[in-house]
Amino acid sequence: MQQFEERPLLKVEHLTKQYGPGCVECSRPGRPGLNKNYCPSCGTVYACSDVSLDVYPGEILGIVGESGSGKSTLMQCLYFDQDVTSGTLTIDDPELAGENLFDVSSQRKRYIRNHKYGMVYQNPVRGLRMDFSSISNIAEKQIAAGGRHVGNMQSAGERLLDVVSIPLFRMKEEPRNFSGGMQQRVQIAKALSNDPPILFLDEVTTGLDLSVQAAVIDLIKQIQRDLGISMIVVSHDLAVIRMLADRTLVMLNGRVIESGLTDQILEDPNHAYTQQLVYSLL
Amino acid sequence: MKAEPQFAFLDEGSKKEIRRATLKAVAIPGYQVPFASREMPMARGWGTGGLQLTCSLVGKDDVLKVIDQGADESVNAVSIKKLIRATTGIPVTERTEEATLIQSRHRIPEVPMTKDQILVLQVPMPEPLRKYEKKESITKRLHAESEYSGAWLMLFEQIMKYGRTTTGADHPVLVNGRYVMAPSPIPRFDNQKMDHSEALILLGAGREKKIYAVPPYTEIRSLAFEDHPFEGEDFSGKSCRFCGATGVFLDELYSEETDVTEYQCNDTSHCADRLERQGEKEVQHATI
Repeated sequence: MQQFEERPLLKVEHLTKQYGPGCVECSRPGRPGLNKNYCPSCGTVYACSDVSLDVYPGEILGIVGESGSGKSTLMQCLYFDQDVTSGTLTIDDPELAGENLFDVSSQRKRYIRNHKYGMVYQNPVRGLRMDFSSISNIAEKQIAAGGRHVGNMQSAGERLLDVVSIPLFRMKEEPRNFSGGMQQRVQIAKALSNDPPILFLDEVTTGLDLSVQAAVIDLIKQIQRDLGISMIVVSHDLAVIRMLADRTLVMLNGRVIESGLTDQILEDPNHAYTQQLVYSLL
Repeated sequence: MKAEPQFAFLDEGSKKEIRRATLKAVAIPGYQVPFASREMPMARGWGTGGLQLTCSLVGKDDVLKVIDQGADESVNAVSIKKLIRATTGIPVTERTEEATLIQSRHRIPEVPMTKDQILVLQVPMPEPLRKYEKKESITKRLHAESEYSGAWLMLFEQIMKYGRTTTGADHPVLVNGRYVMAPSPIPRFDNQKMDHSEALILLGAGREKKIYAVPPYTEIRSLAFEDHPFEGEDFSGKSCRFCGATGVFLDELYSEETDVTEYQCNDTSHCADRLERQGEKEVQHATI
């Protein structure tokens, strides 16, 4: 009998990120004294408390929640933009097996970012260098991952720009001359340039007009199908989550309050907040 | 009452601090050591970093040579020599072989340096990643994590835009396989002279308050992509119009009146030396 046991590619357990020292009031199990995610007696903010999640190979995991619910903090912790207070992160990769990646040295975190991760920020200014050409922006990630051959990096960059439908005659132009949608697509090309097994997408379609949104979503879907990359998609837009995510977590006040198949959550929400969220969809 | 000037201008406490920073710089090749840059009797950006190193190093037995972009007689070089001579009384020279201490702005002498010499280079911009990242706190972290994509990216961008790297001077180098360093704005031609140099090379940035070093026999590699190898300036087929030297760094002189381009040695003392020896030979031939 064949065993179908899938192992998660990325596993997060009990991630907590707090701003402030914490006190007796808010350190009790379950943190009963909090006002939303804020402790009135010591002023500590619990941006993420006790978040656990799994991402399986080739899967898109959606994270929804209102502003301030901890989605972006979670993302930044996973991408090592911020240090966590406690928790473990493991990635199923022969090079990284068995290590809690939140505890490794900053050099090693840099290595993981450069070799295993791709990130697409909501604001392209964070992910791109606006005064370097688009092709160099894509090459930056390849250089970081050890690329030292101009010809190879250029042809790989051209191929990626083609994938994201940026005309090649504009590849030597700086992204600051591009429209928002084009900048976002350059950013996606950059994130993909080191063939990462894991891609983070933070509110990638927010602020884009509807037709461009659709194009970007199409692109992400196509990339997932063709390359089998695992993705974590953060959005407050349920329509985006419905189109992209296989499974979804709902966050509120720094906690995961509901998780499951995306259809299930959208059709049959359990938690009062999720119900409100789904029914307030215009 | 006139006070005796302090030996080598700086007070002993300052010299000690600069020497301590220098020792640390030698111990960690290519690492920029911060130091409390002193007020000097010339404007920052005119070689105060190099001058402070020279003042902290100079002893009574030293012989000093100062070069300003290849020339020994330019105003800046002469002023620095005057200051050191007035405050120490040590002899100055223009001959590279005679000097024990050489302060230079943007050139390494053509005559190979020996283990008994120290070369002090003046540095306007010690941070090789500054154009890529403006914040010092971040570039420090990038150095700590050995994350030099930025230095490579700047070269990549040049190749994309102009088909080749366009660093005329200050082409970044990797020191001892660890730190990427700005070699000060020496021409690319001089980068190779740093590699496994017998002489100790110290670099001082007075305005930016940094000291760094290349200890003797340290590996220096100029950054270059696999399919775009590093190249120094090419002077093949050209020679100095005075001494006829080849294989040295040449200045290009263009005359609008005659529409003729001529070349001459950039290192003036090297050129004068060659001319002198040629003159001696002629005299010998004449007397025979």
